[in-house]
Amino acid sequence: MAAIDNSWATKGGLGWIATTFWVLLAVGPLAGFFTQDPSFEYYMFMGQSMLINTIAILGLNLLIGFNGQISLGHSAFFAIGAYTTAILMNFAGWPYYATIPVAAIICFGAGFLFGFPALKLEGHYLALATFTLAIAVPQLLKYKAIAGWTGGVGGLILDKPDAPEFTRLGTDQYLYYLCLILAMLSFWIVRNMLRGRSGRAMMAIRDHAMAAGTMGIDTAKYKTLTFGVSAGITGVGGALSAITVAYVAPDSFTLQLAVSFLVGLVVGGIASLPGCLVGGAFIVLIQNSSQSISDWMKVTFSLRYDVPAWAIYGILLILLMYFMPRGIMGGIETLWLKLTHRKETQA
Amino acid sequence: MEFFIQQLVAGLTSGAIYACVALGLVMIFVSTDHINFAQGEMAMFATYLAWAMIDVGFSYWMAFVCAVLLAFVGGLFIQRVILKPLETAPVLSLVVCFIALLSFFNALAGMLWSFTIKPFPTPFPPKDIFGNGLVSAQQLGIVAVTVIMLGILTVFFRYTTLGLAMRAAAQNASSARLMGVRVSWMLALGWGLAAAIGAVAGMLVAPIVFLDPNMMTGILVYGFAGALVGGIGNPMGAVAGGFIVGVLENLVGSYLIGNELKLSFALAMVVGVLLLKPAGIFGQVIVRRV
Repeated sequence: MAAIDNSWATKGGLGWIATTFWVLLAVGPLAGFFTQDPSFEYYMFMGQSMLINTIAILGLNLLIGFNGQISLGHSAFFAIGAYTTAILMNFAGWPYYATIPVAAIICFGAGFLFGFPALKLEGHYLALATFTLAIAVPQLLKYKAIAGWTGGVGGLILDKPDAPEFTRLGTDQYLYYLCLILAMLSFWIVRNMLRGRSGRAMMAIRDHAMAAGTMGIDTAKYKTLTFGVSAGITGVGGALSAITVAYVAPDSFTLQLAVSFLVGLVVGGIASLPGCLVGGAFIVLIQNSSQSISDWMKVTFSLRYDVPAWAIYGILLILLMYFMPRGIMGGIETLWLKLTHRKETQA
Repeated sequence: MEFFIQQLVAGLTSGAIYACVALGLVMIFVSTDHINFAQGEMAMFATYLAWAMIDVGFSYWMAFVCAVLLAFVGGLFIQRVILKPLETAPVLSLVVCFIALLSFFNALAGMLWSFTIKPFPTPFPPKDIFGNGLVSAQQLGIVAVTVIMLGILTVFFRYTTLGLAMRAAAQNASSARLMGVRVSWMLALGWGLAAAIGAVAGMLVAPIVFLDPNMMTGILVYGFAGALVGGIGNPMGAVAGGFIVGVLENLVGSYLIGNELKLSFALAMVVGVLLLKPAGIFGQVIVRRV
């Protein structure tokens, strides 16, 4: 893997932009107290799914961007998180908030265990193994022997939690804040991890595993741990999606989900923390506006057919790989460095 | 016993298809070290092209040949236009690119021909070969087409100058370049061949699983498993691996775990082979110098 400049991860560069962004995200939903807009609830739901995608992409970015292990199978951990929450809420009667840490821990365990076979696989091979994992997941979830717990093909329907009385928030506003707090918590954890010894070890392994090993870094330990933490964070995203959508079903955890995380990661920026937010927002925007994009393309290029979102994803990914291999945030950073005439430390 | 033989024959039939997919993967892997995640969707797209040609009145074999040729040109085009600029890109960029191709072809097929399932004609008569219900003409035909294709490829690689040049480019690119082989074009030819082989696999399997944009997803996973079992750097091994996976999948599916977990079995096989014997049964262990 080509060396990646880590300035965004380790230094607090452009921290004020990130802070402004977070403040905006936190203040935005308060508009609900003034507006009479009937689609406000819908915007809140979009916000929730943006944050959930952001969390999942953050997990994936930790693994791919900062540790160089390619995973096309993060939909599996997302699914484990979602099903953990759903099963605990449905069968054990747990409150929704108590299920989230459990989901994180179970996903951490699953990711940690998957990290061991992944140790022996590199590059294309790891991508291949995780790709098959992503394809096998829906079928595994439908398996009859566990259908009593997972609800089989039909999935499980949950109750959407209500906001506590004292907050005076609507359900969707409240769930938005739940997602926001967990997203901020995940970012905080990841940032601290990256700034310390473990983060340097992870990035050294990405840049040159053998050299890192020679320097005394326990590559196996850090690689499996990174896989675990990455899966744990993605699992929190899954748990939140189960709570906010109030429904889990095997066919929502397909390869396409894993690919959409990858799209978000690549668009936002590989090895860029703010990029995860950009990626999450991008996925939700494309999903919600694919119809209008399609209509626009039909008129502009006088096409006879609807243009599906996945065709747009495909073209966009290839173009990005040509022109901005490190995504939007990476592109902005390169531009910034060029404008300020600072030399890049690495080619 | 009769049930066992039926399952064995069914396994060999699907094995023939997995062998084609695996062969397509190996074609690309030996020359570029890339694993083409879009192999299945490219095959699916070529099959749709054949369907569209039959729909406007082509005969089956006419459409078959045209689709294979179109797939060849398409594969060549993809390598020249999309992958050539990324020759030196990191692995992640390439994986992303293959995933992009996968989504794109899937969406494009859905957009042009809709996601509804379509029947695909088979050229083989619905006949029972030995009259005892064990082997149908379709099954025999699928295996025969695979074997014929293998024969053609073997002859091509062993007895033609172009085939020799392609092998040279795959084995030692820089020496081949010094000998006057246009290595980059040989890679493109490899892509073309892979796409053409994929098209054959798609058209063979479509009458069985019916035509829809997602028809190749599961088959691709078995193709991966086949290629890995046989050794992903070895064409003959990949074919043998495809047959092995087909037979195992059917026997394990009908005797041990049931049809529901077949894909998980493929996953277990992929991970198992990668862990225990990464070079596959017939592959060479590659020692890398650091």
